[in-house]
Amino acid sequence: MGAVEAPGNEPDSSEADTSSPRAAREHARAQEGLHHHGMPTMPATAATGLPTDIPTDALLWDEVLDPGGYTAHRLPRGTHLRLEDTAGEGCAHLIVHNARQTSERLNPADTVKVQWQAYLTEGSHLLSDMARSLLTVVEDTSGHHDAFCSAPNRADHQRKYGDGSNEGPTPSARDRLVLGALKFGLQRRDVGPSISFFKGVTVAPDGTLSLDTSTPPLTAHVVLRCDMDVHVVVANTPHVLDERPGWVCSSLRATAWTPQSWASTSPDALSPEAARAMLNTQDWLAGVGPS
Amino acid sequence: MTTVLDQVVAARSPFSTVLEAGSSITLVDLGGNQAIDCLLYNAEDHAERYCAHTTIAAQRNLFLTTGSVLRSNESRPMLTVTDDTCGRHDTIGGACSQESNTLRYGFHTKHQHACVDNFLTEGSLHGLDKRDLVSNVNWFMNVPVEEDGTLGIVDGLSAPGISVSGRAEMPLLVLISNCPQINNPCNGFDPTPIRVVVERP
Repeated sequence: MGAVEAPGNEPDSSEADTSSPRAAREHARAQEGLHHHGMPTMPATAATGLPTDIPTDALLWDEVLDPGGYTAHRLPRGTHLRLEDTAGEGCAHLIVHNARQTSERLNPADTVKVQWQAYLTEGSHLLSDMARSLLTVVEDTSGHHDAFCSAPNRADHQRKYGDGSNEGPTPSARDRLVLGALKFGLQRRDVGPSISFFKGVTVAPDGTLSLDTSTPPLTAHVVLRCDMDVHVVVANTPHVLDERPGWVCSSLRATAWTPQSWASTSPDALSPEAARAMLNTQDWLAGVGPS
Repeated sequence: MTTVLDQVVAARSPFSTVLEAGSSITLVDLGGNQAIDCLLYNAEDHAERYCAHTTIAAQRNLFLTTGSVLRSNESRPMLTVTDDTCGRHDTIGGACSQESNTLRYGFHTKHQHACVDNFLTEGSLHGLDKRDLVSNVNWFMNVPVEEDGTLGIVDGLSAPGISVSGRAEMPLLVLISNCPQINNPCNGFDPTPIRVVVERP
């Protein structure tokens, strides 16, 4: 399954005339329209190949992430973010910050502890260190996610793949998440633990962690509802516990849109802990006003 | 080894110390079933700090005991557990906070003292702030994960006099919150003092 996906075609400029500024400009402008597998759709509303229930005219973001790729986006409250594992071997490492108060960020420990559940799925809230709901998982066709192991770092990739640098062929998710955070004006220390989607880890009674390497579904997706304005950074690298030989990673697609209407889940349908997390989010929103 | 610090940390209190590389630190559970929330930072570069995820992924196990190596976000060894008479310590439960207590137990608990307040207070003495807090170790705390994923803090395995020791593998700033939680069994519903001993070669 998966293995290394072929990189997109890079333009061949070996015969190009770039001997003068005008020729160089012509050469540069002639490149418009080239396609690389991992790239954003610009504008997002031009995206194709999406499920019919996504309102194309309300798209905010659509991007394919190559293996090793990363991306960062600010998303307003109410946005639905769909992450798709398009070929069965993507792994979406995600960090989230409150866009309007970036000292507040995703806290995976509280996420599992408060909700009494190690395994995230539809209905799970991604909680911040301020006990607010940042995102809610509203759809999940995968059921294989991990809130324990966070992102592999450069040393992990150096050991497994012989290189973990951002400039190399097998960059680490942590360094990718750091880059995404730096682009929001955050610092290295602002990158806390992440959650990964599409690769599941199970815990044995003695605490042993195992990556579920059973045959992944060919495609799977999650949809996350933004409960406040957030910065998200997504990196696509193998799971840290994936010890299969070689770099096994396939593409992801990130798509976000403003639904025509949405409402928080009725408090009656929430666990008591989640209901209070949403109350805390409402309390925060009351203080900062509309987006 | 020369004892350079031997101190009782009062119930519900923060504590910090800086360890030279090669030093050992021993935490003694004086009253039994007392969770000790703990964060480690490279004393020379606070951006390098204990990383629960790197630690548990490297040992492929959620629990810490003798032989466990606590690793930094750069994968470097920070502290090796050299002796443990408890047998199991937690890496996933994180620290209690006033905010998360409102979710876990209700808004009536908002006023209660919590580990994050201890970490913020003690960390600020070393130039750290909220952004520097990450998932911490909970010495003497018991958090099993059941087959269906259900997890939670349950009755502890510790008892009066149980201890855990570790060797600093780099110069370390150690932040401790002697956990004040009273809404779950992590402290046997009765926070008690602990003893911290630091020895130097």
